[in-house]
Amino acid sequence: MATPAQTSGGNDFINNLGKIYGMYTGGFLAFVVFLAILEQVGVPNRVLGYLFVFFTIAVYAIIGVLSRTAQVSEYYVAGRRVPALYNGMATGADWMSAASFVGMAGTLFLLGYDGLAWVLGWTGGYVLVSVLVGPYLRKFGAYTVPDFMSFRFGGNFARFLAVIVLVCCSFTYVTAQIYGTGIIASRFLGMNFEVAVFVGLAGILLCSMLGGMRAVTWTQIAQYIVLIVAYLTPIVILSTQKYGLPIPQLTYGQAIADITAREAAMVKDGLAAAGALKPHIQPWLNYTPLNFFGIIFCMMVGTASLPHILMRYFTTPSVREARQSVAWSLFFIFLLYFSAPAYAAFSKLEVYTNIIGRNVTDIRPWMFTWGELGLIKVCGKDAASLQAVIDACKAAGTQVVRFQDFSINTDVIVLSTPEIAGLPYVISGLVAAGGLAAALSTADGLLLAIANALSHDIYYKMIDPNAPTVKRLTVARILLVLVAVCAAATAATKPADILAMVGWAFSLAMAGNFPALVMGIWWKRATTAGAIAGIIGGFGIALGYLVVSRYFPGFGVKYLAMTSLPNPAGNPLVDLTKAMAAPNAMDSWVPATHPMASRVGWFGINNIAAGLIGMPVGFLLIYVVSLMGKEPSKEMQAFVDEIRKPRGRTVLQEKD
Amino acid sequence: MSQQTTTSSTSANDQAHWRKTTNLMWIHLAIWFFFGYIIHMFAPVLNKIVIAGFPLGFYMAAQGSLIAFVVQLFVFAKQQDKIDREFGVAEDD
Repeated sequence: MATPAQTSGGNDFINNLGKIYGMYTGGFLAFVVFLAILEQVGVPNRVLGYLFVFFTIAVYAIIGVLSRTAQVSEYYVAGRRVPALYNGMATGADWMSAASFVGMAGTLFLLGYDGLAWVLGWTGGYVLVSVLVGPYLRKFGAYTVPDFMSFRFGGNFARFLAVIVLVCCSFTYVTAQIYGTGIIASRFLGMNFEVAVFVGLAGILLCSMLGGMRAVTWTQIAQYIVLIVAYLTPIVILSTQKYGLPIPQLTYGQAIADITAREAAMVKDGLAAAGALKPHIQPWLNYTPLNFFGIIFCMMVGTASLPHILMRYFTTPSVREARQSVAWSLFFIFLLYFSAPAYAAFSKLEVYTNIIGRNVTDIRPWMFTWGELGLIKVCGKDAASLQAVIDACKAAGTQVVRFQDFSINTDVIVLSTPEIAGLPYVISGLVAAGGLAAALSTADGLLLAIANALSHDIYYKMIDPNAPTVKRLTVARILLVLVAVCAAATAATKPADILAMVGWAFSLAMAGNFPALVMGIWWKRATTAGAIAGIIGGFGIALGYLVVSRYFPGFGVKYLAMTSLPNPAGNPLVDLTKAMAAPNAMDSWVPATHPMASRVGWFGINNIAAGLIGMPVGFLLIYVVSLMGKEPSKEMQAFVDEIRKPRGRTVLQEKD
Repeated sequence: MSQQTTTSSTSANDQAHWRKTTNLMWIHLAIWFFFGYIIHMFAPVLNKIVIAGFPLGFYMAAQGSLIAFVVQLFVFAKQQDKIDREFGVAEDD
């Protein structure tokens, strides 16, 4: 890896990006081949796993250290020199988390058509980023999203509110990423989960601490390459084996047709009850249509409001490249997301044809590795070995595995595909390295967003505006480490709501940021008072809705007129008269198992889609309160004109 | 969200540029809304059409809309750049 030199030699590095990352990709593939050879000569799997993980983390760390910088603009926005295509790759890695890499295909396996709400929601938002927000923020010339809020809406109070929104949505999200790192490392390396969390943390810090945005950018590109190669390799091989065509995105149509035929056959043969089996392609069996579209909308608008994504577009050389870069970002994200349904279809076909309906004695051996970890159960017991399966099914009184006898943890879908296809272990190791790259790169971006807001917005802009460069960067690094350690400590406690929290982050970002950002750019008449009312009102009501419906459901029903959410058939999920009469009805901070937790709300809106309530409130408040006051000053209106035109200097000129 | 401030000192050129930009914004939001929502409301009907094994309703949510978004973004970048150049507010190459 060549050194991104400090300043003068920097252009050399930028001009040779294609060559450098081309060599890097070649080197990575050679490394995979080398490990494949090691496997053939009998090196044990455990060793291969360690080599994979430590080698890739070492490469990221080396890039991180080589990209260290002592300049503020390099630290915060990578010197604004990242070309559109490469920024697109970095954004792809920033965006695709452990949940996308490992979890998405599993969700699609489980929910069928309804799972596509997440695929659509996590892609379409980039249209809003490019059309409504991103390029204008680039022209403004901010280091952080709160920078814009402060300049446009009258100073440090708006800045402070924006920092609160940013920390609330990014911290829960980064905790989930570090948790994901721990899961992958513990599963593949057999490490203790808590230890794995802190090992992952070290990897994250090595990448980001010395070089800030600059280091994160160049490592994220390297991580994108690893994750996309890892995601596509097993499924391309599987598709070639099964259908003779290395394009799984086309061939899985056949698998879908086979699944649909098999579903009917399973019901006919009595292997599955007609009501329990949810056809893969049929819409709205798991979500009501309102929540299906609500999730899509919240994830899309949330995308255009999440600070760690928006700040990636501060790093391009021009507004024009910011727009191109959004298009490239979505292209690189699309490569993974349009392959996820193929994973789900191939896995489901394997399960439906080679597990369900088979005699328990000829069960597929690839399952036992996952059964041992408790991730696959047959007849209610972990499928750890053939004998365990036979015993469990004997106890359950069946010779044949029926639909209801089989259960699988959704994380296994992607991770087990190499074994289903009968591929050597080296491919499994590759997939693990890819999952790790996805988790690390997202965690890097999020941590940087939080630490930058604290160091730039709170410390430099609000506490000590005269701080010298060295001190600013030192504070930034110390805060980065502190935030990272807090997030890792939280992750190590395995909080129960960790997966739901990622969804919540989108709704909170959407309610808190989106109205103020859009109105600040598109409506000159938006005033400081309006924006402050909009942020507090929109964010407040979304956060309140989340917290009450999840943790204080009894209170919500009694005092806030919340009612039971409907199930997809339109009937209430809980019988509220009965639930409210129960002794635990008014408990607070209830666990997820509480009969009313996350099952009550307004208008049948699931709390993941809380932004649906918060965002309109935010827009309305900004509109009404702005019109009640005096219009913004001439200077402010001229400033809005300025950010609408790509030409010219950035509005905000940071001293370096 | 359009701009009708009579007291504004915005030049005529800038106003025309912004009018065109705003129109383009609405066009792209309409396309986004169509591929993000409208078409999926018809999923049960579209699913009756099957191409290469894919029921069309499923295909649109799994791939079709995604391809539309990607293409749309590249086209948008080009169109907005053209507008910026037309009114002389684009950055130097």
